Amino acid sequence: MAKRKTSGRRHPLASAALLILGLVVVGGIYTAVDQAADAQSPSHSEAALTAADGEALYMANCATCHGVDAVGTEYGPTLVGVGPASVNFQVMTGRMPMAFQGPQADQREVMFTQEQSDAIGEYLQTFGPGPERPDQEWLDTSATGVDVANGAELFRINCAMCHNVAGSGGALTEGKFAPNLHNIDADHIYEAMLTGPQNMPVFNDNNISPEEKRDVIAYLHYLDENPSAGGFSLGSLGPVSEGLFVWIFGLGSIVALTVWLTSRPN
Amino acid sequence: MTAQHDADATPQEHAVETVDRGSAVTQSDSFSDPGLPPHKPRQTDIHPAKEKRAERQVFLWFLLSMAGSVFAIFAYFAFPITEEDFGSVRINNLLLGLGLSLGLLGIGFGAVHWARQLMSDVEISEDRHPTHGSEQTRARAVEIFKLGDEESGFTRRSLIRNSLIGALALFPLPAVFMFRDLAPKQDAVEAISQTPWETGTRLAIDPTGTPIKASDVTIGSAFHVIPETLDSHAHDFLDQKALSVVLLVRMPEEQLHETEERKGWSYNGIVAYSKICTHVGCPVALYEQHTHHLLCPCHQSTFDVSDGAKVVFGPAARPLPQLPIAVDDEGYLVAQRDFTEPIGPSFWERLDHIDDEHPESSARTEDRA
Repeated sequence: MAKRKTSGRRHPLASAALLILGLVVVGGIYTAVDQAADAQSPSHSEAALTAADGEALYMANCATCHGVDAVGTEYGPTLVGVGPASVNFQVMTGRMPMAFQGPQADQREVMFTQEQSDAIGEYLQTFGPGPERPDQEWLDTSATGVDVANGAELFRINCAMCHNVAGSGGALTEGKFAPNLHNIDADHIYEAMLTGPQNMPVFNDNNISPEEKRDVIAYLHYLDENPSAGGFSLGSLGPVSEGLFVWIFGLGSIVALTVWLTSRPN
Repeated sequence: MTAQHDADATPQEHAVETVDRGSAVTQSDSFSDPGLPPHKPRQTDIHPAKEKRAERQVFLWFLLSMAGSVFAIFAYFAFPITEEDFGSVRINNLLLGLGLSLGLLGIGFGAVHWARQLMSDVEISEDRHPTHGSEQTRARAVEIFKLGDEESGFTRRSLIRNSLIGALALFPLPAVFMFRDLAPKQDAVEAISQTPWETGTRLAIDPTGTPIKASDVTIGSAFHVIPETLDSHAHDFLDQKALSVVLLVRMPEEQLHETEERKGWSYNGIVAYSKICTHVGCPVALYEQHTHHLLCPCHQSTFDVSDGAKVVFGPAARPLPQLPIAVDDEGYLVAQRDFTEPIGPSFWERLDHIDDEHPESSARTEDRA
């Protein structure tokens, strides 16, 4: 030991230890700074926000892609006439601001508070009015007259081809997909139907009336609360997951039994 | 190759030549019987303690089987299916199934374990015996056949025999005609060549049947459409619906590319296409608002709704048939006429039913790059 120190040679693990030390220090500083930055962001959300606050938020977070006049750029579509319903859906489900450009805006953590999102929606109304957020009346699935069976029929006709009859989602073309619809807030379901986010078609009130939209919401929430009566649903993805299960576990156990039956005991 | 072949053949030739050609004995070139491998006793044969343990294991399997059967009966009554709660089906079936499978698998595993570990495992072989009877029996059988032929005159009276064969041959024929009559009264080709859409039929929302105004269809909308005249109480409602379902979408007019011939078939960017895939007839309805792609969920055929529903991907060979639409005095969307060609997948007589004035769609069949 002492001899090695006097000779000036480093321990064989010294470089590895130095690397780990460096990583820990840098990571620690990053985490500390990141937390500090996070702690600052929601600080100005207490007071009721106005369209002017919305403008500031829009300019800071949205204008890069959607343009300062909200007419869109090559990176994002126009927001004239999209309305607060669309803003609330996109922002409060974490789809906007977009994590990265791609075939489809995926969900991430929600970046704004409800007040900030509403303020952006209010600001965008000044460019051209669009659909407002739904009344509480159309989100209350416990109201009298709500028909889950009717909601299920409407869902099968209008939604199930993309979102799967059990609301489990499905693939579309060129990397796009219809997301699964489990445990989604009523207002987000309503706003998605009303505004047609991304590649989803619009289902306006003349196509599916507010009462019918409420039935569809009731059906989706019914699915959330009632597990499959038929045992393991395997993701409710149909023949793909079920077939895979049978091929692996069904045939697998038959093969294992055959090997056991024909082997010699020792 | 040749040299090797010769080398291979030589020993065999020697072997054949060792046998006298005049003898009836044939030289066998098959493997000689290697006999059974030496018998190895099992652990349970050597150690009485292990034999005792195997016996207990078999007993345990049978005991488990009994427990499983009793449990199945218990579970059936203890967790009944109630009408109020769908979840009760799940727990009932799960426990019942576990009990029943334990009951049956326990017997199976126990029996196999018993046979493998405790029953005699001495290898034995049994020779196969000839299956034909004695010469005497065979001669007697031939005699009986000949006597039967003699007495019935089956060979001698060829007129009767041949007419019997003719009668038996014709006997099943009426059934063929009767079975053919089980087909629908309407000619099958006629039934699928045209749909319930007629000139002036209003487009209505599926399933309510509410007619659609052109102003209801905002940009980006997708409506699932049936003819307003469709009678949901008719006996062939589902057949007619399957023929006539249409997807109605609206896109910005500048994004819609129409051929000269179809210029009048849309209304302010609203277009209507049959929802039945031209590949094998699945309902195509996965519509993407911005790419205007329409995807078939069965085999991923993709149609471009902004460009005559031409096939841009997948196995479909033809574009989806377009329904020509217009607007009536009250602002409702109506069909100008039926589809100009049969909807859905191809069939033999399909080309005979394409409107002569609109051969375009079929002409585009081979356009795919």
